[in-house]
Amino acid sequence: MSAAFEIGVSAQPAARAQREAQCAHCALPVPFARFEPAQAAQFCCDGCRTVFAILHDAGLQDYYAQRDPSDRAQAAPQRSSRKFEELDDPEFRKSHCQSRSDGSLRSEFFVEGVHCSACVWLLERLPRVAPAVLQARYDSTRSVLQLAWDPAAAPLSEIARALASLGYIPHPTHSTTLAAEQRRGDRSLLLRLGIAGAAAGNVMLMALALYSGEYAGMAAEYAALFRWGSFAIATPAVFWAGSLFFRGGLAALRTRTPHMDLPVSVGLLVGYLGSAVNTVRGQGDVYFDSLCTLVFLLLVGRYLQRTHQRRSAKASDLQSALAPTTARLVEGDTLREVPANAVGVGSIVEVRAGERIAVDGVVSDGSSAIDGSLLTGESLPVEVTVGDRVHAGTTNVAAALRVRVESAGSDTRLGRLMQSVEATQRERAPIVRLADRVAGYFVLIILGIAAITLLLWWHLDKSHALDHTVALLVVTCPCALGMATPLSVSAALRAAARRGILFKGGEFIEELARPGLMVFDKTGTLTEGRLALVAWSGPETLKAYARAAEATSGHPIARAFQRSISDSALACSEFREYPGGVRALVAGRDVLVGSQAFIRSILGSLPVWSVTRAHAHADLGQTPVLVAVDGEVCAIAAFADTVRADAAASLKQLAELGFQLEVLSGDDPRVVDSVVRELGVPLSNAKGGASPEAKLAMVSELKAAGQRVFMVGDGVNDAAAMAAANVGIAVHGGAEACLSAADVFTTRPGLETVALAALGAKRTLRVIRVGIALSLAYNVIGVALAVTGKLDPLWAAILMPISSITVVTAALRARTFRSVEP
Amino acid sequence: MSIIFLILPITLLLSAAAVLGFAWATRSGQFDDLETPAIRLLHEEPAQPSSAAPQPPSDDSKAR
Repeated sequence: MSAAFEIGVSAQPAARAQREAQCAHCALPVPFARFEPAQAAQFCCDGCRTVFAILHDAGLQDYYAQRDPSDRAQAAPQRSSRKFEELDDPEFRKSHCQSRSDGSLRSEFFVEGVHCSACVWLLERLPRVAPAVLQARYDSTRSVLQLAWDPAAAPLSEIARALASLGYIPHPTHSTTLAAEQRRGDRSLLLRLGIAGAAAGNVMLMALALYSGEYAGMAAEYAALFRWGSFAIATPAVFWAGSLFFRGGLAALRTRTPHMDLPVSVGLLVGYLGSAVNTVRGQGDVYFDSLCTLVFLLLVGRYLQRTHQRRSAKASDLQSALAPTTARLVEGDTLREVPANAVGVGSIVEVRAGERIAVDGVVSDGSSAIDGSLLTGESLPVEVTVGDRVHAGTTNVAAALRVRVESAGSDTRLGRLMQSVEATQRERAPIVRLADRVAGYFVLIILGIAAITLLLWWHLDKSHALDHTVALLVVTCPCALGMATPLSVSAALRAAARRGILFKGGEFIEELARPGLMVFDKTGTLTEGRLALVAWSGPETLKAYARAAEATSGHPIARAFQRSISDSALACSEFREYPGGVRALVAGRDVLVGSQAFIRSILGSLPVWSVTRAHAHADLGQTPVLVAVDGEVCAIAAFADTVRADAAASLKQLAELGFQLEVLSGDDPRVVDSVVRELGVPLSNAKGGASPEAKLAMVSELKAAGQRVFMVGDGVNDAAAMAAANVGIAVHGGAEACLSAADVFTTRPGLETVALAALGAKRTLRVIRVGIALSLAYNVIGVALAVTGKLDPLWAAILMPISSITVVTAALRARTFRSVEP
Repeated sequence: MSIIFLILPITLLLSAAAVLGFAWATRSGQFDDLETPAIRLLHEEPAQPSSAAPQPPSDDSKAR
C-alpha cells in the first residue's frame, strides 16, 4: 500500500462552542463534521438548513418564536426527493380537487410531521412560501391541510414540493366526494347528539318534578302534564336521534353477528313502549328521562369513536404515486411524452438516470443499475443490461435505458400488487370487538332473566308483572357497557397520536393487544433502508479521495460515500461514470472507485488480498467497493444497510410482551442472516428472498393455520401482506401504498414506537375490560332490584348516570400510551 | 300553580330555538374542527395586505 497518503491529520482542540452547538432549526446537537466556525447559525443536516433558508426568505422567522421552548428538540425535517408529479394528473384533479367560483381550486392533504402550534402557524402561512396558494387552513382533528390554490399560477406538484421542503410531507386524502360524504355523516351524528342532549335535559327537568311529586304529592292534572310533556320530547329523541341503534340492532339480527346495538335497541324499545302505554293509561311508571339520557350518552360514545376513525385511500389512487403517470415513448428519432397506461405492448420507452420506470418490460438498450427497494425490498441496486427485465415503480439510478414494454398501467406487477392489496382489504373479515362479543351473550342472558321475571311476577302479582319486566330491561340497557370501549379507545388514540402512533381505528388497538406472531420486513424496517459505510481497510486519508471521486454521482453507493464521509475540499476533475464504478482525477491523482469487475476491467488484475477481503465482505452480506489510486488497489470499503439503533431493544420488548417474532424479507438470505445475527434476538423464523407475492401467501397461510399475524413493514412489497394480516403496521418513512394498506402507522423513526404501540394497546384493552366489568357489576345491582320488584324510575335514573360516570372516569384516567416502561 | 301550563310550552319553545341554533351551527361546519381554532387564536399576525380575508373553508355547505 502506498505510504504517500499517511499524512497525519493534526487533532484540533475541540472548542466548547463546537460541542454545544445546536441546530438553528431543530435544536438537535450539530455533528462534529458539520460544524462551521465562521457561521452564526449551525445546522445538523441539509434538511434543516434548507427549511431555515426558506423560512428566512419568506419572512417567516417568527416560526422560531412561536415554538414552544419545552418542545425544542424535535425530529429534523424529513427529506423527500419525491416530485409529486402524480398530483398534476388530470384524473387526480378531477377526483381530488374542487373548483370554486373564482376559478381557484380546493384540495385537501393529510400532512405528516405537524407536532405543535408553530407548525400550524407555519402551514397556514404557506401562501408566502408558495405564492400559488391563496389560502391554507389546517384541521388538527383530521390532520388535514385544506388548500385553495390558483391552477394558473403553479401546478399542484410545485405546492406539494414546497410543503415537503418545509418538512411536512403531503399525502392525498380520499376523493372529494368521499370526503364530503364523511363530513355529512359527522355533522348528522353531531346533530343527533345535540338533539338527544337537549331532550334529555328537558325531560330530566320534568322527571324531577314527577319524582318530587311522588313523595310530596301532586295534583293529577300536573302529573299528567309532565308525563305527556316528557312523552312528546322523548319521542323524537328515541326514534330520530336513536334511530341508528335500531338500524344497527336490525343489521346485527340479520347478519347474526353479536353487536352492542342489539341489547340497546331492546331496552330502548321496551322502555319506550311501556312508558308510552303508562302515559296513555295515566298510571304506572314512565322512564322517558332514563331513555333520553341513554340515547345521549351512547351517542357521545359513538361520536368519539367516529371522529377518531381514519379511512384508507384506494389502491388505484396509489399506483400513480409509485409509478410515473407518463412515459417517454421513442418513435424513430423523436421522443414523446404519453400517459403511462396508454403505452402499447412492444413499443420502446426511454428512462433517464434518476427517473422511476413507468412500465414493465425488458431492457433493449443500455445498461444501468435499478433500485427496486420500494417494490422488492432488496437493499442493493441490481445491475441490469440488455435482455434484463425491469418493473414499474423501480428507479433507474445510473444511466439512461431503453425499455421494450411488456405491460403497462394496471397490468404491471405493481398494478396487480395494488389490486391484490385492495382485494385483500375488502375481503378481510371485520374485527368483532370485545364489547360487542360481550353484548352478544349479554342480550341472551338479559332476555332470559326478563322471561323469568315476567313468569315469576305473573304468579305473584299479575298487575305488576309487565311493569317489573319493563323496569328490568330499561335498567340493564347497556349504557356504561356501550361507553366503556369508545371512551377508553378515543383517549388511547389521542395519547398514541401524541407519541407518533396513528391507529386507523380503535378495533386495531384491541387486535394488537393480544400477542401473536409479528412478522417484520427487513429493509427499511429493521434496518435504516439505506447503505452506510461499515468497514474500511486501507489508509484513512484515502477516504477523502474516494468521497471526492463519488461526489457528483447519483448511484446509491456514491450517495453512501457522500453520507458516510465528510466533505473535503479536494478538487475533482475528468469525472466519468461507468456501469459498476467511477473514474476521476482527484488532486492530480487518477482515482478509480467501483466493483471488483469494474476495477479488474480497467487495471487488468487485482491483488490477492483485495479479492479475499472482498469475498469476506460479500459473505457477510455487505457490498465491497474497491478504491484504486494511480493504477494500484489501495483500499476496500464495505457498505451495508445498517440495523436501526433501537431495533434489538424494541424486539426484545415485544418478545417480553409475548409476541413471537419473525423476519420475512425480499433481500438476499445472506444479508438477512447477518442482520439477524446482529440483532441477537431469538426469532422463530427468518427468511430472505421472499417476493411480495410470496409474503402475501405466507401471511395468508399462517392466518389460515389459526395464527394471529401482525405484519410490520415499510414498502410496497409488504403492502399486500399487511392488508392480509390481522394488523398491518407501517413504520415511519414507508411508501404511500404501505401507509394505505396499514392499520397502524408510526410518524417517528425507529421501532420503539412499534413496541410502544403493542404495550399501549395491551394497557388499553385492560382499561376496556375494567370498564366492561364495572358496567356489568352495576347491571347485576339493577337486575337484583328489578327482579325483586324494588326498582322504580327514580332508581333507574340514578343508577344509569352513576355507572356511566364510573366508567368514564376509569377510561379517562388510564395511562395507556404514556411511557414505554411497564 | 296553573301558570305551569303556560311556562312549560314556553320553556320547550326556548329549547327548540336552542336546538335550531345548534343545527344551523353544525350544518355550517362550525364543529368540524374543534382543535385548530384554539391554536390559531394565539398566533399574532401583522396586517397582511396580500391574502384575502379568511373565510370558513366549508363554503360547500352553503352551496348545497
